[in-house]
Amino acid sequence: MKIIVCIKQVPETDKVRLDPETHTLIREGVQAIINPFDLYALEAGLRLREARGGQVTLLSMGPPQAEAALREALGYGAESAVLLSDKAFAGADTWATALTLAHAVRKLGGADLIVTGKQAIDGDTAQVGPMLATVLGVPYVAWARKLTLTDDTVLEVERLLDHGYDALRVRLPAVVSVVKEISEPRVPSFKAKMQAKKAVIPTWTLADLGLDPREVGLAGSFTQVVRVFPPPARGASEVWTGDPQELATRLWARLKELGRR
Amino acid sequence: MTLIVYSEKCTGCGACVEACPFGVLSLEGERLVIGEGCTACGACVEVCEAGALALAEAEGPSPRPEVPPDGIWVFAEQRHGRLAPVTLELLGEARRLAGELAVPVAGVLLGDRVAELAPELFRAGADKVYVAEHPALAEFVEGPFTAALTEMAARFRPEILLAGATYVGRAFIPQVAAALRTGLTADCTAFAIDRERRLLLQTRPAFGGNIMATIITPRTYPQMATARPGVFRRLAEPYADAGQVVPVELSSLQEPGPCTFVGTVEEVRERLPLSEAEVIVAGGRGLKEARHFRLLEELAELLGGAVGATRAAVDAGWIPYSHQIGQTGKTVAPKLYIAVGISGAVQHLAGIQSSDFIVAINKDPDAPIFKVADIGLVGDLFEIVPALIAAIRRDRG
Repeated sequence: MKIIVCIKQVPETDKVRLDPETHTLIREGVQAIINPFDLYALEAGLRLREARGGQVTLLSMGPPQAEAALREALGYGAESAVLLSDKAFAGADTWATALTLAHAVRKLGGADLIVTGKQAIDGDTAQVGPMLATVLGVPYVAWARKLTLTDDTVLEVERLLDHGYDALRVRLPAVVSVVKEISEPRVPSFKAKMQAKKAVIPTWTLADLGLDPREVGLAGSFTQVVRVFPPPARGASEVWTGDPQELATRLWARLKELGRR
Repeated sequence: MTLIVYSEKCTGCGACVEACPFGVLSLEGERLVIGEGCTACGACVEVCEAGALALAEAEGPSPRPEVPPDGIWVFAEQRHGRLAPVTLELLGEARRLAGELAVPVAGVLLGDRVAELAPELFRAGADKVYVAEHPALAEFVEGPFTAALTEMAARFRPEILLAGATYVGRAFIPQVAAALRTGLTADCTAFAIDRERRLLLQTRPAFGGNIMATIITPRTYPQMATARPGVFRRLAEPYADAGQVVPVELSSLQEPGPCTFVGTVEEVRERLPLSEAEVIVAGGRGLKEARHFRLLEELAELLGGAVGATRAAVDAGWIPYSHQIGQTGKTVAPKLYIAVGISGAVQHLAGIQSSDFIVAINKDPDAPIFKVADIGLVGDLFEIVPALIAAIRRDRG
């Protein structure tokens, strides 16, 4: 079983803010972490490998320092990792990212299963996984809470939709995204962590992937950010204190004014 | 687009370095260096008094083609013959955008025997409804839905294609965009038209809602976006009683495809899904025990609303995951959101920021939730909530 898990290094979003006056990103104290949703994807990949045998390869695209995220992720017990990094990849939108990842997947000789987290906490788009599947020409299933391999070619998936949970059967190879119900990420073992420290993580560049600079990064992106700004401030907050009974009566009076009868 | 520096004009004043929202510009001596991560947003170009910075059209995947003929499409999400509310909201928004572009609006129905929903789409704002019916579209599976919508968009060529940012929309619309080789913006909360360039301006929150970004798809069609449910307004008056129904025969559906529907294993049994509720009463760690959610259910019932929860409450096992609101759960946009015993972690706030009115009840006056709440009540929820329930009951006799 060849399993690829996609990893993204992200800034801890609760620290990321725009200065409301200068509209610049406040970067002080912002740490880079593994996208938390990707840890669920990694756990899902590791469990399938443990059930069926095989290997888990981690794949990430990012600046050179994203290697740290891959190394940390290796500590959970994946066999290998590859970083895709090149100045030409910078500014990629979800399409250009998916295209670059797809070339790396092909260079890795393909995979039986590619697992992603439900979205990355910085962009929150949830688009790279499905786009990757389309570029590779394989099926995609979103929001899995349960993955079961019946044999090495068929995956049974239980997945979340607005109405509840559906069961699907998908012929491999495929790309799936997982939600956090899939299973709690394990605690990395000491041994795996030590191995991860010594692991060699190759970096593949544009040339390694055989891509044209016009296909990747900002140049290869179909979308473009034209403006960033702080979210509109909500109206002034009123804070009420006092006797709970009075607060409740006052609140109900206000809610009625707002049209809640 | 790429950022270009005319170094002979650059005075090394550093105004652009200050203005860069992504912090990728720096001065090495007096030489301006563009680091990795430049999105060509143009913020630096605006502040450069020396005129040393400009945005140039990069050699993109293709030059911008002619405007396609078929106006604005809205994917009409439905399940078992019931339309998702976001469909009607998006048809209302599409009408507004179509007015600016002077183009028609079409609804796109995919399913098995769904043509009967067309009149509802005409009332909500569609001039035309495309209907593709096929047994493989009876239940949502990414593959067939992607194939169907891709084939239809390639054949009829809309200028803009919108869909709800629901679990379904976000599962397959990215595949349609990729198959059509065009851009897609996720989970938009505002749209506008740049008339000069005839572009759809797509605004969305990022970084957990701490930053808003406006995004365009400048060179390819259709311009595609998914839109957050509950944010856009449906039309106040019915648009039309009837319109053109276009049945579509599909040739791209494989039978059987590599991915098949087996069955629904669990229906979330709320009478009112969170995504559709006008009122949400949500509880967090402050509720202390599972049984106290009963209090919220009672209040929600009185207000005709649904019950939500924070990740902490779900992780504690007090309430199922389907109730979870926030970055790891659902994004909601009710008219009234009552946060009970919720401190307001940024991941939770990201999921509620589109709510019209937020009430917070918390005993900690410093809780971050009070910063986003329209009204904050500082006090013991176990006193305030029962008093509120009693007040409503008293009032209604």
